[in-house]
Amino acid sequence: MKPFVTHTGIAAPLLRRNIDTDAIIPSREMKRVSKRGLGEGLFAGWRYTLPGGRERNPAFVLNQPEYTGTSILVALDNFGCGSSREHAVWALAEYGIRAVVASGFGAIFHTNCIRNGILPVRLDEHSIEALAERVQQDPQNNQVTIDLQCCLVRCGDLLWPFSLEESARYLLLNGLDPIALTLRQRKEIDVFEQARRKARAWAYAPMEDCVEGVLL
Amino acid sequence: MAISGASTLFDKLWSDHTVCDLDSGETLLYLDRVFLHERTGSIALQSLHSAGYEVRDARRVFCTMDHIVDTFPGRGDKTLMPSGSDFILATRSETRAANIRLFDVNDADQGIVHVISPEQGLLLPGLTLVCPDSHTCTQGGIGALAWGIGSSEAEHALATGTLRVRKPKNMRVIVDGELRSGVTAKDLVLYLIAQFGTNGGAGYAVEFSGSAIRQLPVEARFTLCNMAVEFSAFTAIIAPDEKVEAYFAGRDFAPKGEHWEDACSYWRTLRSDDDAAFDRELRIDGSLIKPMVTWGTSPEQVAGLHEHIPDPENFEELHRREAAQRALDYQALQPGQAIADIPINAAFIGSCTNSRISDLRAAAAVVHGRHIAPGVRGVVVPGSRRVKREAEREGLDRIFVEAGFEWRDSGCSMCFYAGGETFGEHQRVISSTNRNFEGRQGPNTRTHLASPTTVAASAITGYITSAEALVNSEALIA
Repeated sequence: MKPFVTHTGIAAPLLRRNIDTDAIIPSREMKRVSKRGLGEGLFAGWRYTLPGGRERNPAFVLNQPEYTGTSILVALDNFGCGSSREHAVWALAEYGIRAVVASGFGAIFHTNCIRNGILPVRLDEHSIEALAERVQQDPQNNQVTIDLQCCLVRCGDLLWPFSLEESARYLLLNGLDPIALTLRQRKEIDVFEQARRKARAWAYAPMEDCVEGVLL
Repeated sequence: MAISGASTLFDKLWSDHTVCDLDSGETLLYLDRVFLHERTGSIALQSLHSAGYEVRDARRVFCTMDHIVDTFPGRGDKTLMPSGSDFILATRSETRAANIRLFDVNDADQGIVHVISPEQGLLLPGLTLVCPDSHTCTQGGIGALAWGIGSSEAEHALATGTLRVRKPKNMRVIVDGELRSGVTAKDLVLYLIAQFGTNGGAGYAVEFSGSAIRQLPVEARFTLCNMAVEFSAFTAIIAPDEKVEAYFAGRDFAPKGEHWEDACSYWRTLRSDDDAAFDRELRIDGSLIKPMVTWGTSPEQVAGLHEHIPDPENFEELHRREAAQRALDYQALQPGQAIADIPINAAFIGSCTNSRISDLRAAAAVVHGRHIAPGVRGVVVPGSRRVKREAEREGLDRIFVEAGFEWRDSGCSMCFYAGGETFGEHQRVISSTNRNFEGRQGPNTRTHLASPTTVAASAITGYITSAEALVNSEALIA
């Protein structure tokens, strides 16, 4: 996974609340048994004029020339709510989005971002609006820098501190795979499991009388 | 693990599954069950294997074909979704290779993950379950700790039998007072979300309690907890009681004999201590709730069936005003329009929210002896093949079919568009499902969420209609 330390890029404002994962990647765009090939489907319902089509809707922010090369999204509360589909994050990543700045995130989406090297930055709504206003004046020249070492968002002379759970910050800064991290504790898991199986034998007995899930 | 002092039910379950607290501030939480489905399960398994990891314990992992499987009777591996069968074939071969029990397309026990898991006793009170599906919180209705995750977390769960999770705060939603006749768990949860917003539960594990909750049958508790994710909660939970014990007695994978006794005595300890402290408490007077329906494109845009479409100008905050206007534009509705004057094109009964046998019985009771309005399409999709068989044994299928509904095979179906099937552009659907997002049931399809009885009554009249209004008006005519 690509580490996230600091990133500077063009930010696009999508100032809506409750942008759900169905909007980020509509179901019809999840065509292959793969994490790849999803970037084209990003925001397909808003980005293209017809469902399933590829004719760009000029009104949509990412299609406007001054937002070419956007790598940061700016939104309001509850971004990524709804379905747990990680495709939403895979599509954002493939499109080139490295960070989403919003006043709140859907919980599963937030975790999905961390697990895929996208930085979710939480700022209050006033800061978001101020940031968006500044960016809109000239998106190409008012690029945004997000520094995860110092936990700061910067746009010109405007500066906002943010906080992120230490665990998430650690994974992102180091581009770490949490499975490998957890497997270092395999012994502790084994010991816990043995004790638990004894204490709550009723929870496992029916499963252990099975072969491939069929009761014997 | 020992518990000192007063604890909430959620704290007890959390503590009972804590392998260790991590330096990062997260907890390494032990998972008793992992569920997968064909939409994301095959990707998770493939990715897991290509990273060089194995499934830690396949006996506690289950997988079903529900999300994109076809629900037309006589189905096979083909679906209307282009490339849909790729997901089905990949899931079949990946689960076989990993020795995971799969409820395949035509398995007698196939169905929607959150329906088949409790109905077979695959998950039990006091246990933990994760699944890469946001509505996994449904299963908190039996007093289990169950929550939705993404694919990467599913890979972690499969490989390690654990998850690294930051503990959410505790919220209690107390619902007292008796629900009026005709008011369902679906109306209750829509009312809750309308009152406190789709973000009302963010950062919390929600425990539902109070006299109105205790009165709910087990299946209604699933409906209530199902929509906790639309309230942005981490999950929801209801303390198990004698109704839950009775529900599990004799189910296939429920403990037997001595194990059953042990399980029940443990389950009886599963409730919040009287003096347990919650970080937040919300109170609802259940007797105030009336049948509800969504008018917009967010589950918080809700009104009573007797009410009118609100005027966006009346919303104080600018973003709510804008969201309401946007929703009305998408839904093609006018401020001030009476809800009961809104004509529908289609009615859908199904999904992990409302496709259980009790939902089908309630809807069939409304439909019985009536016919759906001309030009309206009605679809009933049982949540599992077991539900389907039981409904057919009771003759519910005949009631629906004679009324003009399609009677389908089990799966998620047109709760969303993943099977490639849609009601069509600009079609207005009243639906027993959980999401009314733009495009959720197909490009430009307009969705109104309601209880199965409201959906049934609306199918009959062709307008958004409460079941009570239907019965009363016919009584007046008579």
